[in-house]
Amino acid sequence: MTQSAIDTTLLAVLAPFLAAAIAPFLTRHLKHNAAWLLALVPAWIFWHFAGFVGPVSNGETFVASRSWAPIYRVDLSFFVDGLSTVFALLISGIGTFIILYAGGYLKGHPQQGRFFSFLFLFMGAMLGLVLGNNLFTLFIFWELTSITSFLLIGFDHLRAASRRAAIQALVVTGGGGLVLLAGFLMIITVTGQVEMSVLLQSPDIIRESGFYVPIFFLILGGAFTKSAQFPFHFWLPNAMEAPTPVSAFLHSATMVKAGVYLLMRMHPLLGDTDLWTTVLPVFGGATLLVGTILAVRQTDLKLMLAYTTVASLGLLVMLVGTSYERALEGAVLYLIAHSLFKGALFMVAGTIDHEAGTRDVTKLGGLRGAMPITFTAACLAALSMSGLPPFIGFIAKEVLYYGTTGAPSAAVWLTITAVVGNALMLVIAAAVAIKPFLGPKVETPKHAHEGPILLFAGPVTLSFLGLVLALTTLFTGHFFVGPMLSSLVGKPTEVELHLVPPYFIGNVPLMLSMATVALGLVLFWQLDRLRALVAAILSGPLRSWGPDKGFDQVIAEIVSLSSVITRALQNGKMQTYMALTFIVTGVAVLLPGYLTGGWPAMPKMPSYHFYEWGIFLIAVIGLIAVLVAKTRLTAIVSLGIQGFAVAIIFMLYGAPDLAFTQLMVETLSVVILALVMTRLNLTPRDHRSGGAALVTGVIALAVGLGLALTLIAITQQPFDRSLSDFFTEYSRSIAHGRNIVNVILVDFRGIDTLGEIAVVTLAGLCVLALIRVHTPRPKDADPAPEKKGEAA
Amino acid sequence: MRTVIFRTVAPYLSALMVLFSIFVLLRGHNEPGGGFIGGLIAASALAIFGIACGVASVRRAIVVHPMSIAGFGLFIAALSGLPSLFKKQTFMTSQWLEFKFFDVDVALSTPLVFDIGVYLVVVGAIGSIALALEERESD
Amino acid sequence: MELGLAILIGIFFTVSIYLMLSKQLVRMLLGVAILGNAVNLSIFTNGRLTREVPPVIPADLYLPAEMTANPLPQALVLTAIVISFSFFAFLLVLAFRAYQELGTDDVNEMRVAEPENDPLPPQGY
Repeated sequence: MTQSAIDTTLLAVLAPFLAAAIAPFLTRHLKHNAAWLLALVPAWIFWHFAGFVGPVSNGETFVASRSWAPIYRVDLSFFVDGLSTVFALLISGIGTFIILYAGGYLKGHPQQGRFFSFLFLFMGAMLGLVLGNNLFTLFIFWELTSITSFLLIGFDHLRAASRRAAIQALVVTGGGGLVLLAGFLMIITVTGQVEMSVLLQSPDIIRESGFYVPIFFLILGGAFTKSAQFPFHFWLPNAMEAPTPVSAFLHSATMVKAGVYLLMRMHPLLGDTDLWTTVLPVFGGATLLVGTILAVRQTDLKLMLAYTTVASLGLLVMLVGTSYERALEGAVLYLIAHSLFKGALFMVAGTIDHEAGTRDVTKLGGLRGAMPITFTAACLAALSMSGLPPFIGFIAKEVLYYGTTGAPSAAVWLTITAVVGNALMLVIAAAVAIKPFLGPKVETPKHAHEGPILLFAGPVTLSFLGLVLALTTLFTGHFFVGPMLSSLVGKPTEVELHLVPPYFIGNVPLMLSMATVALGLVLFWQLDRLRALVAAILSGPLRSWGPDKGFDQVIAEIVSLSSVITRALQNGKMQTYMALTFIVTGVAVLLPGYLTGGWPAMPKMPSYHFYEWGIFLIAVIGLIAVLVAKTRLTAIVSLGIQGFAVAIIFMLYGAPDLAFTQLMVETLSVVILALVMTRLNLTPRDHRSGGAALVTGVIALAVGLGLALTLIAITQQPFDRSLSDFFTEYSRSIAHGRNIVNVILVDFRGIDTLGEIAVVTLAGLCVLALIRVHTPRPKDADPAPEKKGEAA
Repeated sequence: MRTVIFRTVAPYLSALMVLFSIFVLLRGHNEPGGGFIGGLIAASALAIFGIACGVASVRRAIVVHPMSIAGFGLFIAALSGLPSLFKKQTFMTSQWLEFKFFDVDVALSTPLVFDIGVYLVVVGAIGSIALALEERESD
Repeated sequence: MELGLAILIGIFFTVSIYLMLSKQLVRMLLGVAILGNAVNLSIFTNGRLTREVPPVIPADLYLPAEMTANPLPQALVLTAIVISFSFFAFLLVLAFRAYQELGTDDVNEMRVAEPENDPLPPQGY
């Protein structure tokens, strides 16, 4: 691998974001045919990562990085090894067909360009996630997948169900992301490392740190929410509200596998402990069973597939949780197989929906004649999903049975769970792929016929790949499964795959496979009865509660709570806001002194000259006069008095610049106040009742006292003049100016001043706008004041 | 307010104040003064002129809209930061050009240009506010 | 040296806050104007006080001959004065326009943005 090829990886990760930017323009001009052009982007990414397969299978790893925010140790750093290569290939490869499929599926949709954009953004986020080396980068891409999937699920935003599903997915996966961030931060604090590739060099560093347990649970929180593990599984089926290409992409290959990816990535660091081999299999197994049982109940093609996706993710987590090498190998194989067949099946379901007008299994049948190509693809994918030879699904299932039967602990339970889960998976596969096509022809809402090439290119290719990868076991094992497994176990590992079992007599996995098929066929034969049974169980007391309902309740409670708080705090009364602000200020300045008893020592009053006392007195008199003024003129003049007193104070303490400025400003203030006040026609008299005046007086006095004490405390501290000394020392020698204040303003701190004069300009513009612009009054208002307003 | 005496004196007073403000501006680097103070003095001059002789005559006298003056000031203040870039120094590093002009030491510098920018911004913005308020007064 | 000013600044703050807690526009404006002075004075005092010697270097020297007043807070306050004036002007005009448009000088009755009995946000998605 040359360095430039490695560096191109950065471009490959960013390419989808560029494509997202141009997609709307292309789509505007080329309509749905833009898909052909846009698909070149993921195809190129696939080709790029395919170049890594050879070196990676020889045990090499690569890091491509570009500094981003080095102070915070955030770098765009990408790590290419067996695990990330396979994921990158799946994302870009399946992504290519998803883009094509989206071109056909949303043909003529007014927002097709935006849809392409979202898909590309999601693809880029996903690539960044699986390749992310720097933990911060990984987290950023992790949350980006949550946000982009929110956009994708909510694409059809006019429907409330879509919006709900989108918000649900965002809350669950985004919340999990925050938990994950906490986990990452702990890892960084404990180990001092931010690079995954560096962490993997010393795999025991976290297990031996003493912070293993919290880190484990935090990482799990991220992974389980993303990968829809029970009890966080509910968002995934709801996300089926999204257009089918999204479902196929999000739920087959990519986003939901992000959690599994993270577990696999962390396995060398966190795996193989008692905690790991207990928690993961329990939750994974539970998810597998819950997913398959709920899938049986559904009649909607997409929902059935969605629940089996939940189940498959459970299976993967369970297998990763054993930390047993053969089981991990099974997980790797199953992950690849699942991405291919589930992607294909989702697209098939979408095509059926698109062409026949319904996705309800009970209303479909006999489509074989009308859609032969789609039927072929569906059959191939379903056979792979069922785990029948000669498909990659079969090999995966053989290996995973090896894994569960040989697992160091609880092998029996794992095996039973896996057999039941796989049998039910076979039932669903048959129901999804066989039933709509076989049997007598059923009248469908639309007249069904074969879709265009954009629609069937994806399913056909992906389902055929399931066959091809199984037939070339040597190739698959050496280039994909082996390197990926090596990343999981943390040491170079070779695998040997067999499509034809090496021996038949006493081959436990083979017997388990046969048992699975037999059980599956029996259940499929009794599918309607099984569905009724599950529905009967679930319609009982379980119906009114559950995580999905709970989510609604939590959201409703949050909205109510925020309304109550808003009403209490934002009651529309300016006085309340001001009072709250100043009460908090008062507490903030007085509380520390009260708690610590650290009031400043009251020093002796310094000896002021009599004229200084005089000025202080004039200022106070001015202030009091403003308070008690009964007419406008008195108030304005009193305000002027305190302002001029301030100017003289500046003068007395060596600040002639300030004194002049204050003098000018005070003069102008008095002038404009007089100009406005003569027309405000209001007296500045206080209308408060005695009680209210007392309360506000106490608040004001408390804040004033607190600030004065703070100021006394500050001025008693030793003063650091280094900055002032710097300015004084260099004012003449470097900046050629003798007035140090002016030199600071126009030279040393020039950019500050530039900002400040921009603010002054802005204030001037705003005043002008306020004076010139008249808001149109509502029509029903009395027309008389309007005329008056114009005349004024 | 518009007494005859005031109206007669105001134009001269304003002119004198503007002149004084420029003096304050230019001496600012070495003695008390500078763009902010000078600008405020000139803005007061405009305000006084406006009160005495009406806003319309002020607008005629300064030809352009005061906000344009402020905008131009902001523009040249920002511009004064650019020359340093040609010498590969950071933005706003001050540049000095000193020469003798009829036996008088003249020092031209980017901080001076910047200070003039500050002056124009303050004259423009504050003057614009004052005039806008006076204009409504006279209506 | 700073004690007297600190107390004075406390009085400035007290008066300005008392005025701002009023519900009348005019009094709030007066309060804001005084608050600007209070803040500027406290920044100035925080930089410690020196009597009468401005931070200007004599023409024949490269460093001040004696201890001068601290130039840094002066630079900060100088711009602060001008900016607080600009915003005071803005506030003044805003108050004036609000009075014209809404016909009241009682801030508690200005409820265009937050009407009384505002309906609750919709429940659901």
